Amino acid sequence: MPAYDEIFEKVQSTLVDALGVDEEDVSRESTLQGDLGAESIDFLDIVFRLERNFGIKIPRGELFPENLVADPEWITDGKLTSKGVSELKARLPFADLSKFEADPDVEKMGDLYTVDMLVHYVQSKLAA
Amino acid sequence: MRWIWIDKFTEFRSGQFARAIKNLTLAEEHLHDHFPGYPVMPASLIIEGLAQTGGILVGEASGFTAKVVLAKIPRAEFHGVACAGDQLTYEVTLTDLRAEGAVVDAKAFLEGELLCDAEIVFAHLDNTRANQIFGPKNFVFTQQLLGVLDLAKAQQRAKEKEQAAAGDGQVRGEPPAAPTAG
Repeated sequence: MPAYDEIFEKVQSTLVDALGVDEEDVSRESTLQGDLGAESIDFLDIVFRLERNFGIKIPRGELFPENLVADPEWITDGKLTSKGVSELKARLPFADLSKFEADPDVEKMGDLYTVDMLVHYVQSKLAA
Repeated sequence: MRWIWIDKFTEFRSGQFARAIKNLTLAEEHLHDHFPGYPVMPASLIIEGLAQTGGILVGEASGFTAKVVLAKIPRAEFHGVACAGDQLTYEVTLTDLRAEGAVVDAKAFLEGELLCDAEIVFAHLDNTRANQIFGPKNFVFTQQLLGVLDLAKAQQRAKEKEQAAAGDGQVRGEPPAAPTAG
């Protein structure tokens, strides 16, 4: 199975093509929306490219769930409840929620989509 | 003006490939403004023609059940211009198709030379979402646009009928040809 760095480089070039960003802008920690300017439609493009570049199949909603907060009761005062956070963990098993858990602001949910998350996701698919 | 930027399909392989032509004429208003004295087909309308060719290819692949919208053009390169009197050939290959959308590789040619090379991403809108945004009308596949494909199919049927009739004549009039090797 390819090592993390090898997958990272391929994910990096995937994002360069999909988002028109420079290679040096794409680091492990970069957030897709905040740092790299991805919009909702870019997620579809990214899925297509990852499938093609890695020869994997990405079922609908597996990498980017369509409705992250499925139940409005998971939110109180603009923050995710502890139940909400654990549900989110289940839906985004490859995202790093350690920082988010300290301040589970709904507005910051988009920051969970990072380059690192993509690499871990691809790694799991290739291992399967 | 009708929003139809292809004139005719010359080849259509379901779920795979489509080729269409677009003739440019001075009867088109926009060529007089783009540019006065130098009628050049706007690059955006070439993209639109490629997207219409590709959109129908994508829509037809799933029986026109989903609304197909142009979502993104990740890449488009132009290598020249097309003027009034020219005929553009649009060639579109379906490279990826899934429930959420599709990607096509789209090329425009002028006299056999590559004029535009692009990649187009289409999104499928489910009916609930499409109705929220656009209402119940299927604006993407208007009857007028789909008519271009219907016309090509009708022409193909007529051609096949003609060939079949000619073939029948041959069988009746001459002995069948000996099968060739290979």
